[in-house]
Amino acid sequence: MIGRSLLAAVESVGNLTLFALQLVVWIGRGLPKRSVLLPSMYNIGVLSLPVVMITGGFIGMVLAVQAYDQFRLMHLETRLGAVINVSLVKELGPVLAATMLAGRVGSRMAAELGTMRVTEQIDALTALGANPIHYLVVPRFLACFLLIPLLTAVADCMGIVGGWFISTQVLGINSFHYWHHAETYVTAFDVLSGLFKSVFFGASIALVACHRGFHCGAGAEGVGRAATESFVLSFVAILVLDFFLGVFLNAVYYTVWPASVPLL
Amino acid sequence: MPTPPETNNPPSIALKHVWKKFETQPVLRDISIEVEPNETLALIGESGCGKSVTMKLMMSLLEPSRGEVFWSGRPVKSRSDAELTRERLQFGYLFQGAALFDSLTVYENVAFALKQNTRMPEERIREIVYERLKEVGLTESICSRKPAELSGGMKKRVGLARALALSPDVMLYDEPTTGLDPIMSDVINELILQTRARRPVTSIVVTHDMRTVEKVADRVIMFYPLSRLKNDEPQIVFSGTYEEALASTDPRVTTFVRGQAGERIQEMALSL
Repeated sequence: MIGRSLLAAVESVGNLTLFALQLVVWIGRGLPKRSVLLPSMYNIGVLSLPVVMITGGFIGMVLAVQAYDQFRLMHLETRLGAVINVSLVKELGPVLAATMLAGRVGSRMAAELGTMRVTEQIDALTALGANPIHYLVVPRFLACFLLIPLLTAVADCMGIVGGWFISTQVLGINSFHYWHHAETYVTAFDVLSGLFKSVFFGASIALVACHRGFHCGAGAEGVGRAATESFVLSFVAILVLDFFLGVFLNAVYYTVWPASVPLL
Repeated sequence: MPTPPETNNPPSIALKHVWKKFETQPVLRDISIEVEPNETLALIGESGCGKSVTMKLMMSLLEPSRGEVFWSGRPVKSRSDAELTRERLQFGYLFQGAALFDSLTVYENVAFALKQNTRMPEERIREIVYERLKEVGLTESICSRKPAELSGGMKKRVGLARALALSPDVMLYDEPTTGLDPIMSDVINELILQTRARRPVTSIVVTHDMRTVEKVADRVIMFYPLSRLKNDEPQIVFSGTYEEALASTDPRVTTFVRGQAGERIQEMALSL
């Protein structure tokens, strides 16, 4: 039983790797037509904006509310901006934007491609001379890969504004000191490391979702399972990648700036 | 961009000792079929006996687990990806549920292969799309509709127009009349005949509908499900004309062709 599960897991990873290789080969053979790429970018980028903005804004506000009491006990309220902004740009912004994308876009892609598989539309593409990976997967992958840094930046900005609003307008922290500390402690490396991680999250969401959709089981049950698996696997992939990329980026930081002391 | 080959000589298609299984489920066992150019072949048999799989193997939409598929005497396996894509454009495929692209309009569906595989100007593409729609009895007015807005019969006809867009040499019809009323079924049968009359084309029709077989087929091949066969029995239980099928002495053939349950009712009762 355990052996069979292990074999199935190895087979799945192998399948996903082959799928990723095919994707890379097809990206290398040429970009998809604008008429195919732009709708994907619109669906994935523009239509995800509201949910990413709301999530980002509220997470900044929640951070302010939750951290305020502890900082007040230490008389460090004005440092709240630094904590909120560093947490957002390094960790919460990228992870939450990616999670929202996995839920909104990843599940949709898996269900869409799964339905196309079940209704033979993917076979029809091959029959009509189009490669399904090039026509269906490449535009979705590129849209996720290219637009997730922008969505992350929007989530970061909204979180920063949300955190500032609650801290200064509701909790009464001085706005000048709030920004002063935020500016001191948040470095360009923090912002860029968050955006760098988001690219990997976007790629993993698109890859997992398209793979699940392409290898969807029969009927409505198969499509439903593909959509669920897509979200669960993407979420797990985001967290695993987040850990390893975090460790890697810390190593890079202390290699490049060996004299620096951890920021907070 | 693969350019469709400009021929009016349909390739011969042959399956030699082909086996196909999905994971652990065998579907086809040692199947050999040859289809001559310009012939209309009907593949019949019970649901799940592997007819549609055979047709997808013929077009190389699936790969056999064992055995080989030949186009014009040359193994499909020996072709490069680019060659395969290009030569596959000689085939038109009408899928069982039409398989129209949901996100595209009727016009975009029919124009798809032309835009994907040729550098024709939009005007010429439009002319061909209207011509193909007219051939299947539809008007330009439905061009802006999405597949979800069409009836079953219209979907099948749009699917046929799409399959005919590149003037293929081989037409594959997967259960073209399934789910349609008798009149629309007859319309589809007529369209199959008209397509054949209009240009030299090899046609392969997978069907359960014996009226379709009677009306369009030059030759009939009947498959039997592997689950009901002994290990040494061939899976193709009949090959001949429709009239020969009617006169067959094999009860497996006659019960199917005449639509009689025969001993199956007793078998089902025993299995309960």
